[in-house]
Amino acid sequence: MTATRDTFGRPVVVVTGMGIVTSLGAGKDDNWARLVAGRSGIRTISRFPTDGLRTTMAGTVDFLKVEPFSSTDLSEKLADLAAEEAIAQAGIGAKGDFPGPLFLAVAPVEVEWPQREELARAVTRGAEITYDSLLEATAKGDYPHYHRRFLFGSVADALAETFGTKGSPISLSTACASGATAIQLGVEAIRRGETDAALCVGTDGSVNPEALIRFSLLSALSTQNDPPEAAVRPFAKNRDGFVMAEGAGALVLESLDAATARGAKILGVVTGCGELADSFHRTRSSPDGKPIIGCIRNALDDAGLAPEQIDYINAHGTGTPENDKMEYLGVSTVFGDHTTKIPVSSNKSMVGHTLSAAGAVEAVFSLLTLEHQRIPPTINYDVPDPAIPFDVVPNVARDARVTTVMSNSFGFGGQNATLILTGEPA
Amino acid sequence: MAESRSPQPAPVEAWITGIGLATSLGEGPEAHWQALQAGTINVDETTFKPYVVHPLAPVSFDAQIPKKGDQRQMEAWQRIGTYAAGLALASAGIKGNADILARTDMIVAAGGGERDLTVDSGILNTEMQGNAAPGFLNERLMSDLRPTLFLAQLSNLLAGNIAIVHGVTGSSRTFMGEEAAGFDAARVALARIASGQSDIALIGAAHNGERKDLLMLYEFGHFALKAPFRPVWARGADSNSGFALGSGGVFLVVESKEHAEARGAKPFARLSAVVADHARRKSGGEVTATLERLWNRLGAGKAAAIITGATGAEPATAEEKAFLAAHAGTPVRATATRFGHLVEAQFPLGLALAALSLSRGELFAPNDPTGVEVASLTAPSQIVVVGTGHWRGEGMALVEAVR
Repeated sequence: MTATRDTFGRPVVVVTGMGIVTSLGAGKDDNWARLVAGRSGIRTISRFPTDGLRTTMAGTVDFLKVEPFSSTDLSEKLADLAAEEAIAQAGIGAKGDFPGPLFLAVAPVEVEWPQREELARAVTRGAEITYDSLLEATAKGDYPHYHRRFLFGSVADALAETFGTKGSPISLSTACASGATAIQLGVEAIRRGETDAALCVGTDGSVNPEALIRFSLLSALSTQNDPPEAAVRPFAKNRDGFVMAEGAGALVLESLDAATARGAKILGVVTGCGELADSFHRTRSSPDGKPIIGCIRNALDDAGLAPEQIDYINAHGTGTPENDKMEYLGVSTVFGDHTTKIPVSSNKSMVGHTLSAAGAVEAVFSLLTLEHQRIPPTINYDVPDPAIPFDVVPNVARDARVTTVMSNSFGFGGQNATLILTGEPA
Repeated sequence: MAESRSPQPAPVEAWITGIGLATSLGEGPEAHWQALQAGTINVDETTFKPYVVHPLAPVSFDAQIPKKGDQRQMEAWQRIGTYAAGLALASAGIKGNADILARTDMIVAAGGGERDLTVDSGILNTEMQGNAAPGFLNERLMSDLRPTLFLAQLSNLLAGNIAIVHGVTGSSRTFMGEEAAGFDAARVALARIASGQSDIALIGAAHNGERKDLLMLYEFGHFALKAPFRPVWARGADSNSGFALGSGGVFLVVESKEHAEARGAKPFARLSAVVADHARRKSGGEVTATLERLWNRLGAGKAAAIITGATGAEPATAEEKAFLAAHAGTPVRATATRFGHLVEAQFPLGLALAALSLSRGELFAPNDPTGVEVASLTAPSQIVVVGTGHWRGEGMALVEAVR
């Protein structure tokens, strides 16, 4: 008889459905096959002209067509696909009637250039384009669809309608930790007994010119454009930045009680969540690593586990010089002598950095790692960085006994979140 | 929502122990109370003509954001919010208390994305003259965008700035989604405290309504109020419906009674319950029915008053009026008449004014020519805060006097 409460007396939270879309493809099967084969989804951008850009590649999802393009439309399509796959696997509720709330990690929404240009074309010919003339054109025109589309809550609103989630859907951002935070919110709601199930989704379709240029101006992106598949080099000495990417990950979370009662197959357990904010700088981690260290310790404490019980770390591993160094400092401080004995790999070496979706995408990959007992590699690892002596599972996937995975997510604005996942209820 | 079956321990009582307010009516509880009682409305009908906005009253940002470098890293909405958050921490008596701030949880309701209007219009002018080569947009954005503008636009960077400037680092979560983000921030923070997942939280939001790019978003749906200004209840369903954007930051410190008592903090009020829903709004009456359901879930008594964030957007406000009509006899006050619409911050504003009213033992004066708001002589012991999103989202909170 499996205990349905954890060591702290809280309901055990399990995963009963997973869905994923990345630049490697749609669905768990294709993604996993390509991930463990060490395939890269990074390609030269074809969605828009890249003239004058320092970075010309990204992990775009080009197999979903969005015309005219908007990142918010693509984010919605990605989330739709991932959530549909997760709910179908869970076999929960009825079509369009998911029995719990939605927690959605989504990029901040805004009017984009194609729409702004459309408005400019509506301004009286010859008149100067200012926000006053744009506002006049807006008032005279008929654009209610842009109001619906560019509200911050618009993607969650559409998902809530499609899947029939209950209550007020939450759209959230903790920058590049958002996907992990969505899962954490679901875990907390189930532990409080507010609900038996939650749909947690992270999505991001942000590869548009302005978003790319914003990260480029912050010198955050890799410029190793050729060949694009070799651009992301987490933990390697010649790493030079992250690569923007698109995708979505979705999890159906349930209390173990509820999942067992309806005979659902249990795919994994979310045993712990940790977070801690960093007050050092808007884009850089505190040099002493304390917030990352504290975040990891909070997750271990929440799971009631010792560091030695973690046997794989799904790293944040963006491939920026700063992140990878700080992640090593944080992990090695907590894990001590154990650090080099734990495999640590970065999915981003292949799928790129899916930003708001990353925590959810990587949670799905972590659960697939547990299911298949095979650790995906860190590709493009040809020049080790002696300052980061992780076992990065270089270039080739590895069979291993994996019972407990830690997945890290860190983001601009001092965001740190860590999840701990296991394969089966204890 | 699925009802819980597991027996839960008795919920922990949560108090509002800090209020930070900076709006078109000034800053701080005392200034707000006086302005409300005097019926002051600060409205600007000319700067954004024909649109009406409620501009931020002058504040000295240095008082809460001492480093000019920090101020330069923020756009207005972040400065307003970081300022109001500092006021809330000071009001609760925890400003600078590193020990408490390091475990204070933060949930911020945020929009974001203030544009550089000059850059946008410069690019559009060239494009419309047909002079733009392929890659022109890239070239101009690469050269014209300030590298740090992105950080001033990112939704979660209000929370990030509060962490940097005030040292709130227990956790940092940002909810988006217009009005609903405001009530969900309060709802989740309260649920975490009530269940023992958190002891103390800073919640709130900030809004800069003096923005043409934001006016454009709401004008897409023809929701932006055009002059002349009218109180929210007098806008009606005719062509002059909609909302005037307002500027302001509102933050609250909410903590468990036990935590507050242990440090000798006094409550403004008790935050007893926050509930929310998301009506599809496909047919008339859904909003009214949803508000009625939320009211019943709160279990407010007859002595209650209502502070609502009714926007003036139709049909949502007409539906809310129908709900209010079913509770005739309960005194009502609308924040939108006095402050404009602060979107994500409107519900936190209602909570702040409810807590303030309860701590003072009276509801502030009516300000409404249509008769929806009437004078109330009895001291309220309960105030229900209502939030009906202009497009989506219904939320409600029960705030009670601590006697």
